[in-house]
Amino acid sequence: MPGNPPAMPLERRLTIINTLGLHARCAVLVAEAAKRAEGPVLIRARGQEVDAASVLDILTLAAGKGDSITVHIKKNSDEPVLLEIAALVENGFGEQ
Amino acid sequence: MENSNTAIKGQGRGAAKEETLLRGIPGSPGICVGQAHLLDRGLSGAVRKYSLAQEQVQGEVNRFKQAVKRAEMELVRLVKQAPEELRAQTYIFEAHSALLRDKSFYGKIIETILAERVNVEWALKKTVDQITRVFSKIEDEYLRERAADVGHVQEMVLRALLGAENERLGGIAKRSILVAGDLSPAETSQLQLDHVMGIALDRGGRASHTTIIARTLQVPAVMGLGEATRLVRDDDLLILDGTRGLLILNPREETLERYGLLKHRFEAAQARMAREGRLPALTRDGLAVSIKGNIEVLEDVVQVMDRGGDGIGLYRTEFLYMRRDSLPTEEELYDNYKQILELIAPMPVTIRTLDLGGDKVAHGIRASGAENPALGLRAIRLCLMEPEILKTQLAAIYRAAVHGNARILYPMISGLEELDQIDRVSLEVQERLSKENIPYNAQIETGIMVEVPSAAVLADLFAERVRFFSLGTNDLVQYTLAVDRNDQEVAHLFQHLHPAVARLLKNVADAGKAAGIGLAMCGEMAGDPQCVPLLLGLGYFDLSMNPQMIPVVKSMVREMDLPGCEAIAQDILRLKTSFEIQRYIKEALGDVLERVFPNGGNGGPDNGDGNVKP
Repeated sequence: MPGNPPAMPLERRLTIINTLGLHARCAVLVAEAAKRAEGPVLIRARGQEVDAASVLDILTLAAGKGDSITVHIKKNSDEPVLLEIAALVENGFGEQ
Repeated sequence: MENSNTAIKGQGRGAAKEETLLRGIPGSPGICVGQAHLLDRGLSGAVRKYSLAQEQVQGEVNRFKQAVKRAEMELVRLVKQAPEELRAQTYIFEAHSALLRDKSFYGKIIETILAERVNVEWALKKTVDQITRVFSKIEDEYLRERAADVGHVQEMVLRALLGAENERLGGIAKRSILVAGDLSPAETSQLQLDHVMGIALDRGGRASHTTIIARTLQVPAVMGLGEATRLVRDDDLLILDGTRGLLILNPREETLERYGLLKHRFEAAQARMAREGRLPALTRDGLAVSIKGNIEVLEDVVQVMDRGGDGIGLYRTEFLYMRRDSLPTEEELYDNYKQILELIAPMPVTIRTLDLGGDKVAHGIRASGAENPALGLRAIRLCLMEPEILKTQLAAIYRAAVHGNARILYPMISGLEELDQIDRVSLEVQERLSKENIPYNAQIETGIMVEVPSAAVLADLFAERVRFFSLGTNDLVQYTLAVDRNDQEVAHLFQHLHPAVARLLKNVADAGKAAGIGLAMCGEMAGDPQCVPLLLGLGYFDLSMNPQMIPVVKSMVREMDLPGCEAIAQDILRLKTSFEIQRYIKEALGDVLERVFPNGGNGGPDNGDGNVKP
């Protein structure tokens, strides 16, 4: 279909793998990345959806190890931010 | 409760001071004796509400912004000045920095000032109270305690508003034990360790950041004491026992003597463990005993290695199945098992197949609604009822076994038929892997958990079919004595040093020895130092335990010799009640136990250490 840009996945489903879950240090890293986005970045987990730019909001998700979270962006141009957050989560935030 | 706080109530301060015991939460292990230094309360308790005129509102917002800026500068300074050993913990200050600018904090406070025309202090208090309420509903202990971090940030802003620096800690002139309502991580990191011997706090818990920092700095600490600041006065004599979570106010002479001894033993034991932890566990007559660790997640492997474990004697594989919406895939499981095997290779890893059902339920696995879950559809029963679950897991284990030294352990086996069914499933898995040309190794040792009494009774028949037994003493004791140890009313009857348990252990050991198969134990009994002589005497030379206990059990083994253990086992098998067994062990081993495991474990150097998260 010419003219139609390929549908970009605007969300990623991720599993928390580090032992302590989305704790303070991890929440800071996620929020730092989310603040670089032009549009909103949202995280959904355990039936709640919060602003990924807020450390406090992320912490209140209480996402622990093994939980899955969904990160989604509203603007296509924010894809690098989505990828960055996905990489953080998938690497267990560089923790043991 | 032995909390005898009443002792000083109503006596006034001048009266003869009585010894008072306060129970809290063990924060950071160690013992210290010294005089109290009380810190004043934080500022947040005394906040009042003022209404502002419209033209004052913007000025108030600016006052807040400046205070946040000052607090930020303070945090930057803390990170820069953090001593070497705290480098890994400076993320806590970075998190506090981020909280300061968080929209749910910063934005909300400004909003409140503007909307309600109130002073910063009040807007701050209101916002923090709201956040704290949300946090208090979180189930996860570690995350719930982050509410305290918000409180600490609040204090920082309040101090900045009032122009008060960190003055609370300035006035400590002599070596003393700090007693405070709470202490922020920032304050803890700035403690002058030559002046502060220990920390006693009314608030805080095992997972609070202050606890983490105290542990890193190796300052004994007790948290969650509730009313220490109300009961303790400056210069009161205190004993702080961070290992057991106790604070003793105005100790008697005998208590001081006892603690002097405990402190000495704690320090000696700690030094010895550091020295000997990695050496093999050899009895005096040269028998090598394998001391392994039980783990639940990949990360635990490091704990086992750090403490000198000889491998993983029990990998509980349930974690990957829990707290998620679907079952894990074969690839996920394979990756996980492979990583563990590679991490600890060439040492062995015993992987227990899924032990879910009953009280432990995961998504994608039907929950048993049975009234008696311990006797219901769980573990191998569930896996044989839903063979796809077992097939996926077996395939992952066989594939991972190419990369290291793996053994398979089947839980809750109660009859030989189950082994027949498992064999059929295993063959199917192997055929599929062969057909798909996927590398695998199914020639690994297979064993069963002996935890159902029927398996213990039929041990001779099972011994012909498997390569090793691993005794799961927690369930074995529960089923043998018909005691649910989670039931408060009967928990006291749960006793692994019971004559019936001893006889079952002997029966299993004899059957195992006769067939020449491996004899291991992975229940709590394996990590109980007072059981070591009985177990060695019966022939269990392969013990797996909570990683924290590895150095202790190793030390215990080094005190033993095999003929002595065999004699002890013989004696124990003749005793008629668990009381008699307890008394016998105390008489025969009291001295050794005190040396190896001071104070029944409560003085153990490794107690209270380890993972912050439960």
